[in-house]
Amino acid sequence: MALYSDTVMDHFQHPRNVGEMPDADGIGEVGNAVCGDIMRMYIKVKDGIITDVKFKTFGCGSAIASSSMATEMIKGKPITEALELSNKAVAQALDGLPAHKLHCSVLAEEAVRAAVKDYYDKQGIAYDPAVFGCDDCAKAHEHAEG
Amino acid sequence: MYVYADNAATTSLSPKALEAMMPYFTETYGNASSLHSPGQRAAEALQAAREAVAAAINADFKEIYFTGGGSEADNQAIISGAMAGARKGKKHIISTAFEHHAVLHTLNKLEKEGFEVTLLPVHENGVVTVEDVAAAIRPDTALVTIMFVNNEIGTIQPIAEIAALCHEKGVLMHTDAVQAVGHIPVDVQALGVDMLSMAAHKFHGPKGVGALYARRGVPLVNVIEGGQQERGKRGGTENIPGIVGMAAAIGEATADLPAHMAYVTGLREKLIEGLSKIPHSRLNGDRDKRVPGTVNFCFEGIEGEGLLLWLDQKGVAASSGSACTSGSLDPSHVLLALGIPHEIAHGSLRLSIDVLNTPEEIDHILKVVPEVVDYLRAMSPVWDELERGLTPHLI
Repeated sequence: MALYSDTVMDHFQHPRNVGEMPDADGIGEVGNAVCGDIMRMYIKVKDGIITDVKFKTFGCGSAIASSSMATEMIKGKPITEALELSNKAVAQALDGLPAHKLHCSVLAEEAVRAAVKDYYDKQGIAYDPAVFGCDDCAKAHEHAEG
Repeated sequence: MYVYADNAATTSLSPKALEAMMPYFTETYGNASSLHSPGQRAAEALQAAREAVAAAINADFKEIYFTGGGSEADNQAIISGAMAGARKGKKHIISTAFEHHAVLHTLNKLEKEGFEVTLLPVHENGVVTVEDVAAAIRPDTALVTIMFVNNEIGTIQPIAEIAALCHEKGVLMHTDAVQAVGHIPVDVQALGVDMLSMAAHKFHGPKGVGALYARRGVPLVNVIEGGQQERGKRGGTENIPGIVGMAAAIGEATADLPAHMAYVTGLREKLIEGLSKIPHSRLNGDRDKRVPGTVNFCFEGIEGEGLLLWLDQKGVAASSGSACTSGSLDPSHVLLALGIPHEIAHGSLRLSIDVLNTPEEIDHILKVVPEVVDYLRAMSPVWDELERGLTPHLI
């Protein structure tokens, strides 16, 4: 069996929504280069709906595929729904990730949340800080669940 | 075009080696320990193979012990050296920070058994110095084990000089020559080492077979207990097809070595020249003290696994020292030992070519690597920050 599912390879080779967004309403960046994974996610929001998403990722094939899949899963969705995106849902949508790559899906979940948090901060929208978790890669590895 | 440029991982089996092996699977399948004629024919093949392997490294056939590969040979050499020292109250071992895990993990095990291990630095150029070894040798040093050629960056270590120093100090010297045999001249007399490990599949022999050279008088300790095979030092029915294949391959690899080295070095130089044109890239390891076929580069702003997956799609088989390819959180211990920062080490690429590669294949590598590096940099937030001057370029 190949390391990655066909879906992972498809998103890796044809990443959706890759790029930058100069007029983003929220930007989230998680991970760190020392650990070997960084995801940056840009969102455009209108009337509580995420109208556009872009990402840039430094990382392995599954990190790129997880970012790509996460952008597809939140594009056009209300912010409240985007906040519910779990790493498990990203991994499942990718038809699974190898156990040691599950942290990539955690980073994708965290990148989305970081972008939303940035949007809230910029807009002065009040939120419960407990909703937004860690963005540190070591923790991401610990938190990975299939 | 699909280019296999991962010969330091393993090589294809030479057709001549395969041909030599075939009869020993189906016709001459006897056990070399058996008295009957099929067994005796296997024993003759075993002896001829032992002589051929010995001749290739200028050893006596009685100094060659066949093993199940390079890792086993490393394990046995180090455990033997450690035990020989321990009997004289010497429990200190010297090695380097960038050895293969077959060496490092064996040393870890010995540390837990009360041995003390000094791992020497390998400096920015990936070459240990004789002075470092001299400074580390103590009255209780039992063994020095230093690889001949590093598997990831291809740097050659001054083994003959280190062995001479060890003998002066009464210390046993082992070298893991898995990446050297068949690629550069290996003469155990000229090197003066006490033990040397090799693996057949690194020079177009079969997988699962290797050998340990142990100079006469070096007391070997069994890693595998069993019958009287390999002069009682390695139990288990001999892998005759594998051993015959190893002998055929080593003969072939060493027959035209100077010509092969010149050819592969030419390809490598072209590769280094071409890859150096990629901005913010660096060649890892000493520019000159290197094996002909191994080239290791770091490209800033990208991660190695993505690079490998794309290269595979575009027809190049390579490897990387990134954390994602190692299955751990840390990038290659070899690159870290050179003092390369984590974020750079993640973006490493090893290309290991050999005599089967063609100039056209090098052209193909030089076409696709820059394309993939550019593509991955374009989607990398790390590269973005480097290019916008938010973080300084490290290379």
